[in-house]
Amino acid sequence: MRNPVIEINQMSKSYELGGETVKALQEVSLQINEGDFLSIIGPSGSGKSTFMNMIGCLDKPDSGEYLLDGKKVNNMKDHELAAIRNVKIGFIFQNFNLLNKLTALENVELPLVYRGLSVKERREKAINSLERVGLGERIHHMPTQLSGGQQQRVAIARALAGDPPVLLADEPTGALDSKTSKELLQMLKELNKRGQTIVIITHDLEVAKETNRIVRIHDGQLYENGGDWFEPSRIYQNGTQEYQEQ
Amino acid sequence: MNLVESIKMALKSIKSNKIRAILTMLGIIIGVASVITLVGVGQGSSQTVTDEIGSLGTNLITLSVNDTESVQLKDDQILEFQELNGISEVAPVVTGRINAKNQENTAQVSITGTTSSYFSVRNLTLSQGRFITDMDDELRQKVVVLGSTTADTLFPYENPVGQSVQIEGVSFEVVGVLESVGTSLGTSGDNVMIAPLSTTQRITQSTAIGTVYFEAESEDYVNRAMFQVQGVMTTLFPNSSDYYSVSSQEDLMETMTSVSDTMTLMLGGIASISLLVGGIGIMNIMLVSVSERTKEIGIRKAIGANRRSILLQFLIEAVVLSTLGGLIGVVIGLGVSKLMEVFSSITISYSPSVTLLAFLFSLLIGVVFGVFPANKASKLNPIQALRQE
Repeated sequence: MRNPVIEINQMSKSYELGGETVKALQEVSLQINEGDFLSIIGPSGSGKSTFMNMIGCLDKPDSGEYLLDGKKVNNMKDHELAAIRNVKIGFIFQNFNLLNKLTALENVELPLVYRGLSVKERREKAINSLERVGLGERIHHMPTQLSGGQQQRVAIARALAGDPPVLLADEPTGALDSKTSKELLQMLKELNKRGQTIVIITHDLEVAKETNRIVRIHDGQLYENGGDWFEPSRIYQNGTQEYQEQ
Repeated sequence: MNLVESIKMALKSIKSNKIRAILTMLGIIIGVASVITLVGVGQGSSQTVTDEIGSLGTNLITLSVNDTESVQLKDDQILEFQELNGISEVAPVVTGRINAKNQENTAQVSITGTTSSYFSVRNLTLSQGRFITDMDDELRQKVVVLGSTTADTLFPYENPVGQSVQIEGVSFEVVGVLESVGTSLGTSGDNVMIAPLSTTQRITQSTAIGTVYFEAESEDYVNRAMFQVQGVMTTLFPNSSDYYSVSSQEDLMETMTSVSDTMTLMLGGIASISLLVGGIGIMNIMLVSVSERTKEIGIRKAIGANRRSILLQFLIEAVVLSTLGGLIGVVIGLGVSKLMEVFSSITISYSPSVTLLAFLFSLLIGVVFGVFPANKASKLNPIQALRQE
């Protein structure tokens, strides 16, 4: 029996937009277990980004419960959430979001700096992490000297450096060509095989198909098909049509 | 994240935008440098004045008559002062401006008619010859002692001692030449001529004694002696205290010091304003920097930086900028002071306390003007910050 890493119960979130209240999340519940390789798929405006912000502890829900790695985080204060993000979540962004003034190594070190590790310790971890993504030779390169695929690998190394229980990737292949995208997904798959829990947020069905578990988000509600193994259901096929129409 | 780490990070960020950093620091640099230089100039001139007054002797008491019509001091009245306790020398002085001539060379100089006491009262020294004596005065001798400039003007090629000089058409014998005393308080002490009191009174056709110098026996007697002089004057000229004044060097020194202190304060104040303006420049740039780096702040927050770390990062950046500016300002300020001392006659007094104060003030300015932008950065919402391009 695998332990749940993320447990979301009856989570709701709404916000004001142009004088209207948008219900971005409507009492959604989701459990993600250790070792899951899960994708959350939905078009823009589906509440996908809001959900990602919730999972990533960047925002607080209006109601509902969120347990991350056994810790109740839905009532935490801002500085507590910052600490949680630092330790429990490894972010991978669409645009890599590396700091261009820092070298690859310094970028990877950054979360460890905020964790308060010693220079020696974090250097060791950062180099180790960069080696894991196959960039051991380029640790002193600036992000601008690296290709898009390499930059995203630096971002993965940064996310992995602190050994977080969850890797949260927001459209990780959005800015990459198809070949590099495949390589990147392959790398994520391998990380997952070694036990890393990975959550991908995407609008791309091709990306979602690579994962073991797909959750669809639509109008602030979640629909799930299949478990560890993906099989399209009726709802999902409708969804597919929607995406293709776009 | 510790402080050393934060400072390193701030230096890195400053280094990546050198020109902007230098322009930002310029305000602080100019501020600190001008505080140091201007206060140095102010204190230097204050020092010069104090030294000059001090060189005249701290035992000196001066009785100046403003209105020689109402207060006419006679020679026998001067003798009364001589009998006072605590006063060692009395030198009455009559002054006037005269034309002196030696063949083709002429000079318009101020003539001082006085007695032999003047020599010691005013701490004079002779470069050659002798000073006037009491005998010269009594016998109304036509002898004269020249100031060094006067001697050079009238006798450019020869030794003046023993020669004669025409003063208002009357022939005088030069008996001595004074050592140069330099310019004191804006008037040259060398462009003068000293003759016996009685002779001068006749030449200038004025018997009015404008000034009497007294020398107290020691510094401790100065106040008592002043009091006694005042007493004698009250007896001699009742109800005329408005027409004369008695002052010591100490009074003069106090007045001059307070004048130059005010000047120093004013110069320092003006310079401090530029420091303040420099601080506003830092705030301005830090605000620009925060909005430019919104994305960076978002990334840092997403990977676990809390408000405190972000606040510290930007605050330290502002402080490092202002401190660096302050340091450069100190170096430039000291350099400019040194250059001014070398290439002009201005005396500049270097004050470590003012230097330290200016530097600390620049540091403080970094903190004060850095807090607002840093706080703004730390309050950014990570989601919105990440969305920014």
